[in-house]
Amino acid sequence: MTSLKKLLLGEQGLVVIFALAFVIVSLTVPNFLTERNMLGLLQSVVTIGIVACTMMFCLASRDFDLSVGSTVAFSGMVAVMASNATGSILLGLVAALVCGGLVGTVNGVVIARFRINALITTLATMQIVRGLALIASDGRAVGINDPSFYQLALSRFLGVPTPIWVMALFFVAFGFLLNRTVFGKNTLAIGGNPEASRLAGVDVARMRIWIFALQGLVCAVAGVLLASRITSGQPNAATGLELSVISACVLGGVSLAGGRAAMTGVIVGVLIMGIAENVMNLLNIQAFYQYVVRGLILLLAVLLDNLRSSAAGRRA
Amino acid sequence: MQDFLEFRSISKGYPGVQALSNVSFSVRKGAVHGLMGENGAGKSTLIRVLSGDQSADTGEILIDGEQQHYRSVRDAFHAGVIVIHQELQLVPELTVAENLWLGRFPGKAGVIDRRQLTEVVSRKLSEIGIEVDPAVKVASLSIGERQMVEIAKAVMLDARVIALDEPTSSLSSRESEILFALIDRLRANGTVILYVSHRLDEIFRLCDSLTVLRDGKLAAHHPDISKVTRDQIISEMVGREIANIWGWRGRSLGEERLRVESISGAKLRHPLSFSVRRGEILGFFGLIGACRSEMARLVYGADARSGGTVSVDGTTIEADSPPHSIRSGIVLCPEDRKFDGIVQGRSIEENMTISSRRHFSPFGLINPGKEGALADKFIAKLRVRTPSRRQDIINLSGGNQQKVILGRWLSEEGVKVLMIDEPTRGIDVGAKSEIYEILYELAANGMAIVVISSELPEVMGIADRIMVMCEGRVAADIPRADFDERRILAAALPDVQNLNTLPHAQVR
Repeated sequence: MTSLKKLLLGEQGLVVIFALAFVIVSLTVPNFLTERNMLGLLQSVVTIGIVACTMMFCLASRDFDLSVGSTVAFSGMVAVMASNATGSILLGLVAALVCGGLVGTVNGVVIARFRINALITTLATMQIVRGLALIASDGRAVGINDPSFYQLALSRFLGVPTPIWVMALFFVAFGFLLNRTVFGKNTLAIGGNPEASRLAGVDVARMRIWIFALQGLVCAVAGVLLASRITSGQPNAATGLELSVISACVLGGVSLAGGRAAMTGVIVGVLIMGIAENVMNLLNIQAFYQYVVRGLILLLAVLLDNLRSSAAGRRA
Repeated sequence: MQDFLEFRSISKGYPGVQALSNVSFSVRKGAVHGLMGENGAGKSTLIRVLSGDQSADTGEILIDGEQQHYRSVRDAFHAGVIVIHQELQLVPELTVAENLWLGRFPGKAGVIDRRQLTEVVSRKLSEIGIEVDPAVKVASLSIGERQMVEIAKAVMLDARVIALDEPTSSLSSRESEILFALIDRLRANGTVILYVSHRLDEIFRLCDSLTVLRDGKLAAHHPDISKVTRDQIISEMVGREIANIWGWRGRSLGEERLRVESISGAKLRHPLSFSVRRGEILGFFGLIGACRSEMARLVYGADARSGGTVSVDGTTIEADSPPHSIRSGIVLCPEDRKFDGIVQGRSIEENMTISSRRHFSPFGLINPGKEGALADKFIAKLRVRTPSRRQDIINLSGGNQQKVILGRWLSEEGVKVLMIDEPTRGIDVGAKSEIYEILYELAANGMAIVVISSELPEVMGIADRIMVMCEGRVAADIPRADFDERRILAAALPDVQNLNTLPHAQVR
């Protein structure tokens, strides 16, 4: 009993739960463990997975970002419109990255320099940016003119679609950033104790701005890939994404109180979200139920987090 | 007159410190009783025990001959004992009347009887002579007025004993006079007032009797204050027994290392200047509210300066932020280790290398090997007791945490000025001497060290020179040869040096 508890609530508890769930689902759900379904599953979590990389940094430093869904939609929109207008896909991509980065930087500056609560700030930018996407497109989807734009999402390398490679690359890169760089360590230190970090010489305000700017840039990448996959810029794309991403991070053991995060946890969190949805689709469960299940998973994740921290507290 | 409030052999210990031992004294009905003592003498603990916030290990409290058994602040309320702390407990967005009734609003079925609400309050307020409109929000009142409301609250609850903890610390002298008049009226009504203050003038102005605590013990009890002198009280406050745990030895001092010129900030309004030489340990002593920590935070750049300059080895440091100070060789070990020092949830290693790792992290890439080696080196050098450098810092004792914070700065190499605020607060005796030894060694190697401490024996034990601060100003600058407890404490007490600015003790 105690060893089981230790296993479930310890560092690798989530991985254990994930592995168990994966085996059970593979054995019981027909068509789950097929190459086609696996790739489809991974495709479906690309947006969440990519954005979760930087959301992890945001949460680990005790911040919060609600504007990611809007930024994904807006930058996808910008990519499509800019490449349609200029005829150059590259220019479209650059425009999207600039816009995404700009939104993130504005978030960061308002939060870190003007000391406005992150929840409020990003609640505001979430609406502003969504509004900008709607204004720019007049509320309609904007089709892609140049078919080679589709190739971003459709092309394959070694039989695996490019977006999945991009997501994998991001997982590796941000895992490295978190564990092996001063930036990552300082992020965790800020989340652990912002004032102590400041007095220890960490430029906390600058760090927070960078984290939000990165978040914006990464949202732009996700937005471009999403637009390519759905073959258009949709002003209403990625609504509610922020909640799925935060759910995945929390599920992955990122503490909302800051100071605790691990890339492997976030990857597992993202996959759990994807599997839950995928399995419900395979079992033909009505889409409406999926909201309930997603909510329940989040609730369970938070309870688990709570249990884990009190277990960690007892060890202390 | 008979004894109304009586403390009998009160003892209270915390881990590592005996805050009160065997304290007994009594106060007459209708008396204002002063309670004095240095920082850490046990005044706050005694007040906490009286307020029911903490229970004594042994001993009892009697009120009007009746033994009290309360276990909580609420029980103390019902017994008629109310403590008014420095941080006032009023709800700013409610009116004066609402605050006074909070928790037991008059009315039926949850509907408040607004008439009764204000009428009773107006009557009570005028009875005790407080001129505050019961209908205004507390947020719009001055600190002095809020204090009055707090006292009115005590009166509304039919308090028999009111304890005031440093009530005038944030009041102007006019507001203080109004407060004193109010206390005089309460005395006339037969209320017992326990008055905690550092200010001798106030004590003489107000009190009928006085108790002096020292190191948790009763140092003196004066049933009649007119029979004591100021000098006598100061002597009673000092004279702690000094165990020889300091191990101070002489060092040769070099040239001037740190120079602070007319520094000021939001909390330190009077410009302050001082300098420290190579190899010198400069102690800052003062009572609570002397702004010593504020001074250190300004020098370090942790808070924004409104003026002044800081220079190291003759070079003025232009920027004022912690990263700049660190690069110029000025570092600070903060007063509150838990909130400002350690990064909880992270390892000893990460806590130690948080700043110094930039020296060996090209392009921000961490070098785990070097980082681990550096952490191990300072764990060994500072003798941090831990099974591994990977331990979460929260698992360490206070002394070991302090060593990790010291390691954070020593691993920086180029530190020229080390400021350490309350170096041994909450640390056991063994670890204390170890920390002192580290400081001596650093000083011997030419570092300039600033030690801020509320413990007079500690500052006297380890410093080469002491600057005494009082209410944000330097009150004295005393070299080690002239160290004298009474002189230092007298300088730290707010009104000893300006005896003539306040109205003198009035004859009653």
